[in-house]
Amino acid sequence: MCLAIPAKVVVINEGDMAEVDIHGVTRTVSLSLTPDAEIGSWVLIHAGFSIQVVDEEFANESWELIKQIEWDDSDNPLEASA
Amino acid sequence: MRSDRILLSHGSGGTMMRELIEDVFIARFNDEALLRMDDAASLEVPAGRIALTTDTYVVTPRFFPGGDIGKLAVAGTVNDVATAGAVPMFLTVGFVLEEGLMVEELVRILDSMVAVAAEAGVRIVTGDTKVVERGHGDGIYINTAGVGVVREGLDLSSSHCRPGDAVLLSGTLGDHGIAVMSVREGLSFGTDILSDAAPLNHLVGAVLDAAPDARCFRDPTRGGLASCLNELAGASKVSITVDEGAVPVREQVRGACEMLGYDVFQVANEGKMVAIVPPEQAEAALAAMRASRYGEDAAIIGTVDDGHPGRVYVQTTFGARRIMDMLVGEQLPRIC
Amino acid sequence: MTDVQAAWRDPEVARHLVELIGHAADRPIKLMEVCGTHTVAIARFGLRALMPENITLLSGPGCPVCVTANRDIDLAIELSRVPGLVVTTFGDMMKVPGSYSSLAREKSEGRDVRIVYSPLDAIKMAQNEPEKQVVFLGVGFETTVPIIAATIKRAASLGIENFSVLCVHKTVPGALEALVNDPDVHIDGFILPGHVSTIIGPEPYRFIAEKYKVPGVVTGFEPVDILQGVWMLVKQLHEGRAEVEIAYERGVNADGNPTARALIEEVFEPIDAEWRGIGVIPGTGLGIREAFSKWDAAKRFDVTPPEPRAIPGCQCGEVLRGAILPFQCRIFGKGCTPEHPIGPCMVSSEGSCAAYYRYTDYGR
Repeated sequence: MCLAIPAKVVVINEGDMAEVDIHGVTRTVSLSLTPDAEIGSWVLIHAGFSIQVVDEEFANESWELIKQIEWDDSDNPLEASA
Repeated sequence: MRSDRILLSHGSGGTMMRELIEDVFIARFNDEALLRMDDAASLEVPAGRIALTTDTYVVTPRFFPGGDIGKLAVAGTVNDVATAGAVPMFLTVGFVLEEGLMVEELVRILDSMVAVAAEAGVRIVTGDTKVVERGHGDGIYINTAGVGVVREGLDLSSSHCRPGDAVLLSGTLGDHGIAVMSVREGLSFGTDILSDAAPLNHLVGAVLDAAPDARCFRDPTRGGLASCLNELAGASKVSITVDEGAVPVREQVRGACEMLGYDVFQVANEGKMVAIVPPEQAEAALAAMRASRYGEDAAIIGTVDDGHPGRVYVQTTFGARRIMDMLVGEQLPRIC
Repeated sequence: MTDVQAAWRDPEVARHLVELIGHAADRPIKLMEVCGTHTVAIARFGLRALMPENITLLSGPGCPVCVTANRDIDLAIELSRVPGLVVTTFGDMMKVPGSYSSLAREKSEGRDVRIVYSPLDAIKMAQNEPEKQVVFLGVGFETTVPIIAATIKRAASLGIENFSVLCVHKTVPGALEALVNDPDVHIDGFILPGHVSTIIGPEPYRFIAEKYKVPGVVTGFEPVDILQGVWMLVKQLHEGRAEVEIAYERGVNADGNPTARALIEEVFEPIDAEWRGIGVIPGTGLGIREAFSKWDAAKRFDVTPPEPRAIPGCQCGEVLRGAILPFQCRIFGKGCTPEHPIGPCMVSSEGSCAAYYRYTDYGR
C-alpha cells in the first residue's frame, strides 16, 4: 500500500497546495502533511499529497554507506562506520 | 452549412444531409472519387495481392495533446495495412456523429485526417455518416477500412519469427497512452508528452528495402508492447527476451508511469512499429528505421530465442529476469 | 536526487548484498513482507530467484485491497446503486470481487463509479456537481489514512455537504501480531512496509520484537532497498538479535511523520476490523470520529447490502496469511487466472497471486 515516489517541489501556492515535478511531469499536490517542505525540496508523493521530505544529502550518504558493507571471514559482518 | 451543430436531420438522407456531405466532408476531403458522390468508389488497382483492414476509433477525449481521433483513425489504418507489407492506397471512412457535436470540431477532425492521409499518400475515396441522438455516440466514432497492394513475393506473418531474430522498435514507448491519460478527469497532470500518432508506411517501406527477409511487423497499440510481443511469441511458438535497458522511453513517460503505477510495456502507442528481422539484416533495418521520419529513436530491443514457447521475458536493468505479461482488462492507476 | 534513486537499482551493489545474505543465512529462514508494493517489487525485480535456497520470502496480508472483506465491498456496491450517488475510488479497488459483483461490473451496468488518483479529486467533483452525492471509498493502510483525514478536514472547512467517505482503512501493527500468533505460519522476520512507516515510524512495531522475539526491518522499494532489508534481517537472526531497525533511512524518520499522525488521531479512532482470510482483528480498523460523522458515508446513507458470502473455491485467505504460496492454491492457474480471476489476490494488481502469475513461470 505504498506507492509513493520522489518529486521536486517547484511552486508553492495558497492553502498548502504545490506543483511538483516527477521526471518532468508536473502535478498539483497538497503539502499539508509536510509543513517543512520548501521550493526545491524533494518529497515523497502518494495519492495527491506529499508524505515526507527526503533529504537529498542524507539519501546520498545512505547510498555511500550501503556500498561499504562488508563480510569478514571470521563470520562476523562488519559495517563501515559513518 | 447553416447550423453550427450536428442535428439529427443531418443524418436523415435529405437535403440537410446533402449539405453536410457537400459543405463539410467533400469540401475537406476533396478526392475525385468522392466528388462523384457515387455509392461506391470505382478504382484502378495494380495486380497482385491486396491487404485489407478495418478499425473503429472511439477514443475519448477526442482531442488530446498531439492529436485527435481523426489523426488516429487514418494513421492507425494506414499502419495496419503497412504491417502486411503493403503500400496503402485507399481508405474508407464511416462516421457516427452525436447530435449536438459542434461542426467546428468535426471540421478540425476532418482536417487532421486530410493532413495524415496526404502525408501517407493515401486517398480517402468513400464514406458514410450517421447521426445518433444526444446521449449516444460519445461525440464521434470513426470507422475506417484501408486497402493496399502487398509487395511482390512478400509473405509476412506473425508466425514466422525464429530463434535468433532481432526485435526492433521504431521509437519511444508510452507516449500516446500517457498523453491521453494526462487530460482525463480525475487524473490530470502536466506534461509535454504528445501522442505519437503517425503514419508509418514509409518507415515500413524503408525497412523492407533494407531487410527484405523481415519476418513481420506489428504496431503496439492497445495493450502496448507487451500485447504485441506476446501475440508474436504465441503465433510463432517461440520466446522473446527484451533488454529493458535498450527500450527507449521518454523521462516524462517514465515519471507518469511511476506516479500512476503503470507498466510502460502495457501503455498504448499509436505511432510505433515493431519489426522482427533475421539477425544478419538487423543493423541495416535499424539504420533504415533511424533514417525514416518517426524512427529517429529506433533501437534493437531484444531477440527471439528458444525458451518456453509463447513467453516474453524482460532482462531487467537490475540484472534479473522476469516475465512481460499481457494486459488483462484496462490498465488502472493505482496507489498500492 | 533522481540519480540516487536510480542508484538503488545498481546491479553490482545488489550482487554484493546477495553474497552477504548468502554468508549470513545459516538455516532455513522465512521472511514475510506485509506490503502490496513489496509483493510487486519482489516479483517484478525477480528477487526470489536471487535468494539462497534456505530463504523463503512470503507475502502476507499487505494488499489492503485484497484484505478488504466482502461485506465492505458489498456496501460500496450497494451505495453505487443509490440514484444520484457517485462512488469514487482508487483504481486498485475497481475489479476486486465482493460477494456477488465488483465496482467495475457495477460501472458497466450504468452506475456512476469513477476512478480518482487522489481523494482531493473527489472533493472537486463534489464541488462541481452539487446535485450529486460523492462518496469516496477509503481503502489503504497508514500511508493513505492521513490523506483521507486531511481530505475530510478540507471538506469540513470548505463546508462541502455532498461529500462523504466510506472508511474501510486498516492499520498494520495489530495484523502483525495476529500473524505471529497464527499456528499455521512460522515467520522468522518481517520486512516492514516502507511508506506505512514513513507515517508511523518504527515504534509501533517494537512490541513484535520485544514480546515475540521476531525481528523487523523497515524496508524501501527499490531492489537494493529490499535486499538491504533482507540482509539486515538475516544478520539479526545470525546474531541472535530481535530488534526493529530502519533500512529505508532516506524515507523514514525515527518518529515517522508527526503531522500526519496527529491528523489521523484527530479524525479517526481505532475500531475492530474484518480482514479477509484472517477474520476480525481488534483495533486494526479506523472509524470516523463523532466530530466528523457528518462526512461518514456509513452514517449518512442507509443501505442494506445482501448477506456476504465466501467465494467458492477461493483460498485467498490462506495466501494472505502466508500459510500457502500462491502456486499452492488449488485453483491457481487452473480456473483462477488474471483473465478469469476468482479472488482478490489474483484480481488486484498487487495481490500475491497476480504478482506470481504475471512475473514468474509458476502455474503455467
